[in-house]
Amino acid sequence: MALTAIGLASLGQAAADEFDDALAALRAVGGEGQGNAAAGQALQRLAKGGADTLPRLLASMDGANPFAANYLRGAVEVIVGNTLAKGGLLPVVELGEFLLNKSHDTRSRALAFELIRRVDAEAAGQLVPGLLGDSSVDLRREAVARLLSQAEARAKASNKPAAVLLYRQALDAARDLDQIQAVAVALRDLGREVNLTRHFGFLVDWQLAGPFHNKDRAGFAVAFAPENNAALSASYDGLNGKVTWQPYSTPDEYGMVDFNEPYGDLKEVTGYAQTEFVSATDRPAQLRLGCKNAWKIWLNGELVFGRDEYHRGMRIDQYQLPVQLKKGGNTILVKACQNEQVEDWTVQWQFQLRVCDATGTAIHSATKKNPEVAAK
Amino acid sequence: MKKLLLTLTFAALANGAVAGDWPGFRGPMGNGISDEVGLPVALDAKKHIAWRVDLPGRGLSSPLVVGDCVFVTASGGARQDRLQILCLNSADGSVIWQRRFWAMGSTMCHKKTSIAAPTPVTDGERLFALFSSNDLFCLDLNGNLQWLRGLTVDYPNARNSLGMASSLVLADGVLVVQVENDSESFTAGLIKENGVNLWKLNRPKSANWTTATVHLAESGREWVLLQSGKGIHAVNPKSGEVAWHYDDGASTIPSSALAGGVLYVPSHGVTALELAADGGSFRQKWRSSRLRPGTASPLVHRERVYSLNNAGVLTCGDTDSGKRLWQLRLDGPFGGSPVVADNHLYAFNEEGRAQVVDLSAPEGRIAGEMDLGEMIQCSPAVSNGALYVRSDRRIWKIAHKTQL
Repeated sequence: MALTAIGLASLGQAAADEFDDALAALRAVGGEGQGNAAAGQALQRLAKGGADTLPRLLASMDGANPFAANYLRGAVEVIVGNTLAKGGLLPVVELGEFLLNKSHDTRSRALAFELIRRVDAEAAGQLVPGLLGDSSVDLRREAVARLLSQAEARAKASNKPAAVLLYRQALDAARDLDQIQAVAVALRDLGREVNLTRHFGFLVDWQLAGPFHNKDRAGFAVAFAPENNAALSASYDGLNGKVTWQPYSTPDEYGMVDFNEPYGDLKEVTGYAQTEFVSATDRPAQLRLGCKNAWKIWLNGELVFGRDEYHRGMRIDQYQLPVQLKKGGNTILVKACQNEQVEDWTVQWQFQLRVCDATGTAIHSATKKNPEVAAK
Repeated sequence: MKKLLLTLTFAALANGAVAGDWPGFRGPMGNGISDEVGLPVALDAKKHIAWRVDLPGRGLSSPLVVGDCVFVTASGGARQDRLQILCLNSADGSVIWQRRFWAMGSTMCHKKTSIAAPTPVTDGERLFALFSSNDLFCLDLNGNLQWLRGLTVDYPNARNSLGMASSLVLADGVLVVQVENDSESFTAGLIKENGVNLWKLNRPKSANWTTATVHLAESGREWVLLQSGKGIHAVNPKSGEVAWHYDDGASTIPSSALAGGVLYVPSHGVTALELAADGGSFRQKWRSSRLRPGTASPLVHRERVYSLNNAGVLTCGDTDSGKRLWQLRLDGPFGGSPVVADNHLYAFNEEGRAQVVDLSAPEGRIAGEMDLGEMIQCSPAVSNGALYVRSDRRIWKIAHKTQL
């Protein structure tokens, strides 16, 4: 294969193997600094390459772990800096073609866009309309921002139909909270309904069991009975007597499941929530949780993750937990522990959870109805 | 002569950085004291803002200065997951190089702080930059990445939803990284050449934003003094072994100040711990609840200890007794720690108002003020006749323009 075809024109044939070896060293880096020494040396070799090596470096990010991707980015940054400092050019066309090839990693495609925009804002702008449904949330964001701008202009011109339809397209594509909320406000100002619960895919129908104790924050580590037997017909010895699963549906737009509603504003307690999520297929997914209490999550009886932090803040998608859904019913069990603090900002004993893909696109349970956003 | 002695001491302690450099959080000694003289006092924006440069992202880490280079970190992007490290020319603020990396850990934090909260550190050859996401990058001073770590990837529960802020320190050639939080809480000593763990010490499970103090004992041995809600642990930087523990609690926000072999700890106000000549033990010298600092860390200069409380009151105490000597109300609040140079204290409040206090006045005197108009939460850097201070959006060089 000609060297130019693989983006190595700045290197001699003899250097190609060294280039490949360096890439391999970077991609071999692992946790706790494993491979750092070799990677640092490899990066120095790669950074001597010309701008024509950029597409190859970007392609090497495909499937790379986060450490390796950042090392490769380090090489890209140096090459770009050196090239521009010398008055050189970046291969905008090749970078654009790389970006348009959706088989590549979302990180490297977004980086390609950043590089193009750095040197050719017009070319970058021409790419934006095609990024609306992109698997990269960064690229998608650019296209949503463009639609928002267009919609705002239509709204200011009192062209309500055009504005609403543009906002609808923007909402459908938006995955970032700030953009979603901006669209929701605009559509509601225009008299349209927006179902944010549906857009995000928050799980709203649950069964709750509790309270159990969390004296001295010990409950987090205690495997209370629901962790061993979560059958909805089961009853348990709770903090104040027998406990059974009780249905709970949250009316909150952002899917907040509030243990204080059924149990009162308790302290030093533990509660459980479970729901069944029906997946149409076996598939990878993410459980995305927001919670300011200590928590654990199980999927089909397997512990996914847990964290014993209290009242340090909460936000949508605070924790993004990769899981594998099985076709059919999947049981999600959440444990939420409330601690002893008494300040106003420690009252909350709650969580919000949604199921989505890696881009944040909601995956809805197959048992749910599928009402599209209703227009007035 | 005093300046010369100070300079020699600084040169010996700066892990390779030379006199005049500002190599880490609160300077070469880690206590906010500079040996610079001739900084502007009666501040005037027209006369003393040498340059002002926009930054590509948010941040409240302190700038560093090595020779003619000013290093600063920032975070950008819609999710604050673009971690940036910049090298600026101290003469005019122009960008010499800029590097961007992806955050690997959590970029959630309180809105008042940012992902670029911890201050980097340098040994004069390498720059070590840590972010609130617990991502750590080592670059040479030309911006070439040497190695990196993603500490939340390695230790998934090592994070703080309010954000992390402890700054890096170098002790005995070891890079000390505090990742202290409510869950997977630890401090690690890393081999600075490759970032691999030399040791990893479990730490109190409690959020902690303080920065360690490095103690160079008279014996020539260095110790890392880790502060937390549990007090102070003196740690051997080569092994991670704890030599002693002051166990009466300490603040988790303002950091201790070390001067003259005495550690001034934000504990029950301020508690002075006299350290043994070999650093292997301590004796409590005094305690004063009347010197209680707020967010800003205390300072010690010329037999006086200074603390700023959350009401903006500057309190001066005697280092021998802890006795309160005078108080001066400044315009607060202060999120960043002040610095002292040439017997003047420079404090920047959260509204961006610089205030210069003449410490030679019997009860302190505000000798200069200047409004930068933006929230300042960093501790300034002082180097080669200039102060460097940054906001979420910009960085300023403050100096006599005639000395440029």
